[in-house]
Formats: sequence, C-alpha cells, structure tokens
Amino acid sequence: MTSFLPPSERIWWKVPIGRQELVWIGIALVWCLIMFFMMPYWHLYGKQNLSNEAYQTTPASFQAKVDDMIKQYQVGEEAGMPVVRPPAGSDIYMLGRLWQWYPILELEKDKSYRLHLSSMDWNHGFSLQPVNINLQIIPGYEMVLTVTPDQIGDYAVVCNEYCGIGHHTMLGKIYVKEI
Amino acid sequence: MARFRVCPDSGFYFDKSAESLMKVNAVAAAVSLLVAGIMALGVILTRWQEVHLLPADLFYQALTLHGINALIFWIIFFEIAIMYFAASTLLRSRLAAPKWAWAGFVLMIIGAVMNNVAVFQGRSSVMMTSYAPMQAEPHFYLGLILFAVGALIGCFVFLGTLVIAKDEKTYEGSIPLVTFGALTACIIAVFTIACGAIILIPTFLWSIGYINHIDAAMYRLVWWGLGHSSQQINVAAHVSVWYLIAGVLFGARPMSEKVSRSAFLLYILFLQLASAHHILVDPGISSEWKVFNTSYAMYLAVLASMIHGLTVPGSVEVAQRAKGLTKGMFEWLRKAPWDNPVFSGFFLSLIIFGFIGGITGVVMGTEQINLIIHNTIYVPAHFHATVAVGTTLAFMALTYLLIPVLFRRALFLPWVAKMQPYVFSAGMTLMILFMLGAGTLGVSRRHWDMDFTGALLSFEYPGTAYVMMAVAGIGGVLAVLGGVMYLVVTVGSLVFGKKLDESAGFLQSFGLPLPAGTYNISRADPVPMAPRLAVEEHGSAGFEAPGTFVLAMALLVCFVVYYFINWDYLSSVWPLS
Amino acid sequence: MPQEENPQEPERIPFFQRVLENPFLLLFLGVVVPTVFYILWGIMEIATIPVAQ
Repeated sequence: MTSFLPPSERIWWKVPIGRQELVWIGIALVWCLIMFFMMPYWHLYGKQNLSNEAYQTTPASFQAKVDDMIKQYQVGEEAGMPVVRPPAGSDIYMLGRLWQWYPILELEKDKSYRLHLSSMDWNHGFSLQPVNINLQIIPGYEMVLTVTPDQIGDYAVVCNEYCGIGHHTMLGKIYVKEI
Repeated sequence: MARFRVCPDSGFYFDKSAESLMKVNAVAAAVSLLVAGIMALGVILTRWQEVHLLPADLFYQALTLHGINALIFWIIFFEIAIMYFAASTLLRSRLAAPKWAWAGFVLMIIGAVMNNVAVFQGRSSVMMTSYAPMQAEPHFYLGLILFAVGALIGCFVFLGTLVIAKDEKTYEGSIPLVTFGALTACIIAVFTIACGAIILIPTFLWSIGYINHIDAAMYRLVWWGLGHSSQQINVAAHVSVWYLIAGVLFGARPMSEKVSRSAFLLYILFLQLASAHHILVDPGISSEWKVFNTSYAMYLAVLASMIHGLTVPGSVEVAQRAKGLTKGMFEWLRKAPWDNPVFSGFFLSLIIFGFIGGITGVVMGTEQINLIIHNTIYVPAHFHATVAVGTTLAFMALTYLLIPVLFRRALFLPWVAKMQPYVFSAGMTLMILFMLGAGTLGVSRRHWDMDFTGALLSFEYPGTAYVMMAVAGIGGVLAVLGGVMYLVVTVGSLVFGKKLDESAGFLQSFGLPLPAGTYNISRADPVPMAPRLAVEEHGSAGFEAPGTFVLAMALLVCFVVYYFINWDYLSSVWPLS
Repeated sequence: MPQEENPQEPERIPFFQRVLENPFLLLFLGVVVPTVFYILWGIMEIATIPVAQ
C-alpha cells in the first residue's frame, strides 16, 4: 500500500531504477524522437505541407479579389453560382460565408494553383471531399497554399466547422479536368 | 477540536469539512454527467443518419450542452473532489480555508447553472468552443467565468492544504505519488483557468457591447489553452486515480518513485503545449511553432504517458506476483478481480486510453497528418477514447471505491455495478472505432446532416460512411446505457444503499456531516512512510513485470504501424505546399 | 563530513528531489513554460502576419 503513502525512502531520488523501466524509457524515447523528426523530414521530402503563407485581410477586400477573378475567368453558372476557370499557375480565390463556398472552381489536372481562402463572417472549415484535406478558415485572415490536383473528378468542399443553423447546406465544388 | 473520522473499513481519514465538500462536488459532477448523457443520446441518434432524431436547431443545442457538461462540468467538479481527497484524506490534514472552498463550490454551481440555462434558452448554441465572432448570450460566458473562478479557488484550497499538511507535519517524508499526481492536475488547471480568463472575459465584454472586436485567430489560440488543457487536467487526474486504485486494491507500490514523479514533471512542463493540436491547419502560424508545440517539445509528454502506461500496470503485476501469481506472463492479470467494478473500470480505462486514445491523439496531432483529420468525426472519436473512457471510466471506478468509504453506503444493485464498466466501455469502443473509420472517410464533426438536405450543390459520402455512422450509433446507445447504469448505481447507493454507518442518512449522502461524535479524532497520527520492501528487488537480472512489458511492446507495435499507415494515407492526397 | 560524523542528521536531499517537493516552484514552471511557448510565441506569430495588398 504505497502509491498513496509517502515513499518508503526519505531520499527516494537515489533509489536505483529497475532495468525494465530503463529499457522501456529508452525505447519510448527513441520512438518519440523518430516521431518528432518525421515532421521536419516531411517538410523537406514530403509533398503535403502547408506553406503557412497568410495575410491579414478584410471581408470587403477579399471579396473584391474574388469578384475580380470571376469577372475575368467566368465560364458558366451552376445553381446560381459562377463557375470559374482561371489559367493554370494563377492565383485562385474561394470565400466561405453563411452558407456557401463561392465560387465554383474549374482546375486543370496536374497544374499548380495558388489557392487563397478566407471567410466573410465566422469560422468555416474547408473540407475537400473525397480527398479529405481539411483547413481552418478564419475571418480576417487570408490563407494561401499551392495545390496541385492530381486526379480528375468532381470534388466537394464541405464546411466542417460549425457555422450556425444552415451549416449542413454549405457546400462548394471544385472540378478537376483534363484540358 | 475533534475534526477527523477514520473509516473503519479502509483506514482513510476524513476531515469533517473536506468530507462534505468532496460529497457535494461528486454529486454535482454526477448531475452534470446526467445532463451530458441525456444530450449524448440526442446527438448520437441524430448522427445515425437512418434515425436522424433531432431537427437541426435542437441537435446543435444538444451538442453544445453535451460538450460543456461532459468536458467541463462533470470532470472539473469530480476533480475538485479528487484534489480534496488527495490533499486532506491522504495527508490526514485539515482542509485549508473551508469557507473559501464552499464559496468556490457555490460559484461553480451558479456558473454551471447559468451556462446551462443560457444554452437551454436556445440562443447560445455555439458549441463548447464558442468561436468568436459567432456570439452567444452574455450569461453563457459569464457562467463559464464564474465556474472557472470557483474552480481556481478550489485549486488554491488544495495548494493551501499541502502547505498546512507540511507545516503541521501530518505526514512523514514526501507527499504520496497520488497526491503528487493531483498536484500536477492542479497546476495544469491553474494554467487552463488563466487562459480561460484571458479569453472569456474580453469575449463576455464583447457580448455586452463594451468591446467591438475579438480577433478570430487570437480567440482560437487562447481558447484552446483552455479547451485542450482542461482535458490535460483529466490526464493527470486519471493517472493519479489509476495509481490510487492500484494501491488500494493490490497494495501496489510505484515501481520507482523517481520515474513516476519525473513523468508527472514532464506533464507539468509540456502537456499543455498540445493545445496546438487544434491550430495545425490555421492560417499564418509558422511550422516551427506548430512542430514544437504539437509535439509537446519533442514528445516529452508522450514519453511521460508511455512511462505511466508501463508503471501503472507494472506496479499491479509486481504486487500480484508477490502474492504468488507468478505462472507464465499473465496469471497476475487473469486472476485479477475482474468482477470488481473498481478493478475492471480502472483496467479498461487504462487499456482503451492507451491503445486507442493515446495512439490516435499522437497521430492526429502530427503537423501534416492533421490535414487529413482536422474537424472530421475522427477528432471526437479520439477524445471519447481519452476523456469518455480514459477519464470518465476511471472516475466511475473511483466512485465505486468511494461510495462505501466516503458516503458510508453499500453499493446499490452490485450486479449492475459489476457489469457497468464492460457495457460502458464496449459501447464506447464500438462507437469510437467506427467514428474513427467514418472520419477517415471525411465525415465531418458537428454536422447535422450528412445528406446535405437543402444544399444547392450536392455531395454523397460513400455508403460505408453511413454504415459506420450507424454502427457508431449503436455503440453510442450502448455507452449511454452504461452511463445510466452508473447513475442508477451511484444515486441508488446514496439513497437506498445499505447504511454502513447508522447515521449515514439521506441528507448525509448529499453533503451533511455525520453526527459530531463520529469525528472523534482531533489530531491524527502522521501518515507513515510506506513500509520498506523486505527484499531488495532492484538489480536482479530479470524484469520485474514481464507481462506488462509484453503489453507495452504490443502497444508500441500498434503505435508504430498505425502511425506510418497514416503517413502513407497522407502521401496519397493532393500535393500541397 | 558532518553526516558521517552524526548519523542523526538527515542526509542532504538531492536537488531534483527538492524541485519535485516544491509545489510552488512547480506551479511557476507549469504556468510559465506553456505561457511562453504556446501563448506568447503564438500571439507573436499571429500579430506578425502581414497585411494583404
């Protein structure tokens, strides 16, 4: 009965540690270091990393950039939303607001784009399905990342940060095509 | 002045005022768990798409209530009771400033009720996280602030009691390991509450119009210092409870005081950094910050958990082997008292926390892997393994231990108690595993409708996702049943349980002290140091607890395999940079 | 060496054990470490995000 009694030795710090514990601590420490160094390793050699490039912005100025892109590159309309096909390699924009991802983007397979994301109102969750890439979209901040869609298909953007009663209706689309 | 009674069955000393405070805090915890459990049923039956019980507004309301009551009120009320037990009972010390402790308790009650009322009124369905600029009613925040202030008072009463015990020499040597673990929980709680104050007080002022802007990114950063660290209080608290139960049931001694206490020190220093797990896919924060914080400074807190994962069952194994259960690797475990809910609850909590909660937590807290997990239903699956099984089941097991000792009542319907840990953990495990699966398929957390009814565009999750959510629903219902069994046993024991002390009546169950004559000890003998071992065990060639070592290696293998499976999965998604 | 001369006098407690037996030092460390690495560093990160053109 000692876990809840004072230690049996006054100077317990000097009681030697059993071999079993030492071996386990050694193994666990090595594993912890492997896990730690996997993260910088992936920054150097992996293909899925966030650049953490971001800017402070305002809803109005981000909206203006989105509208500008739509004006230049709109190719159609679906469900009342513009469909935009910006050139490969360009800056592309998508905004989240209650309750839509706007506009619909059409991208070319295996081409890279600088995707800018921001929110007009509350927090939203950019959840690209079925690829399952998930990002936190915060009002007042513009997140920039380079995406390279490597498979053709129709992708949905689900909102996975709770944003009020219409949260479940908040869907967007990204089409990836071979052009 | 006589102030202590000694429990004739367990030998534990109870200070009169500490005893009442432990009782009322434990009862308040159980009431919070009741609210959380009812709401859990609404949540899980709505996420089970074929049932889809609640409309959207009620679903989000129920989810908010479930989150706050389970993750904040239930555990913190219970932890205050544990802290008072660890300081006053284990050290045989009078409680510091009982009047302050009562004031803290009253504040916590007012705060919890105020917050619940705000959410029940329907205009504060903002989830536990209440991310600004989404706004709740002012009394939602005020309730949380009052609760936090009350809990902070509780922390200082605990620290004050440690000081008194040391001054009055109520124990020999150092404080026991269990008390040291409670101290760890207390320290993490102080940081948690400080973060809560830094973020919730401005948010409250914003909700009543004194401040016109709360930065959404700053809010998330500081709020998670509260939101995640509050769950780290649990880790420290339930590890202490594991050590306590191992000590009470088996007479287990820590394999090494130095190792176990150093592991708690790693918690004190680094565990709170894991608040960064929630910020990994936020804009604009550097990878250096993310990597350092998400890994608890090179996974040193994970190292601590892996150490406890060995030393807790290891201490049980050593104690069991000393009693002659030495056959093979696992006789000590096979012949453990599996029909005693104190043991089964403790051991299931340990295993499920480690194998499911621990592994998934580290995997999804990896900076890049978080990209494929953030805000999916994988996240609640993980923290149900840690909080709902790890912490909650450990606290349930402790309740069964304390009902006879603290409340002086025999367990009501002991056969229900016997089955309860199995039903609860089976249901939880089923729910957790299938929610993990559904999260991997991209199913979102905090989402009313995976059919997206009413959306202008459309998207369909694969059929497997629906099946997984249905199985998770069945598991969740089973877990709620386990929760009901717990409350039937505990409330039943308090009201109808056989009195082990003639005077332990109805009101005494809810905080009234026993008759004055019961507290007939004015000054307890100092808590003695643990008896020394007859034989020096260290330095022998073999392992002291080989069975535990095998279990630990099994954990490591699962950990390594699952970790790299997730990297492989990450490498298959769109390249990002 | 006084402790050898006088076995009654308690042996000196090692530094690390004294650290672990000082709750208020531990409280200080447990609040300062996450405040510096998580909160302050994090706030600096957010505060230095440049403004969009």
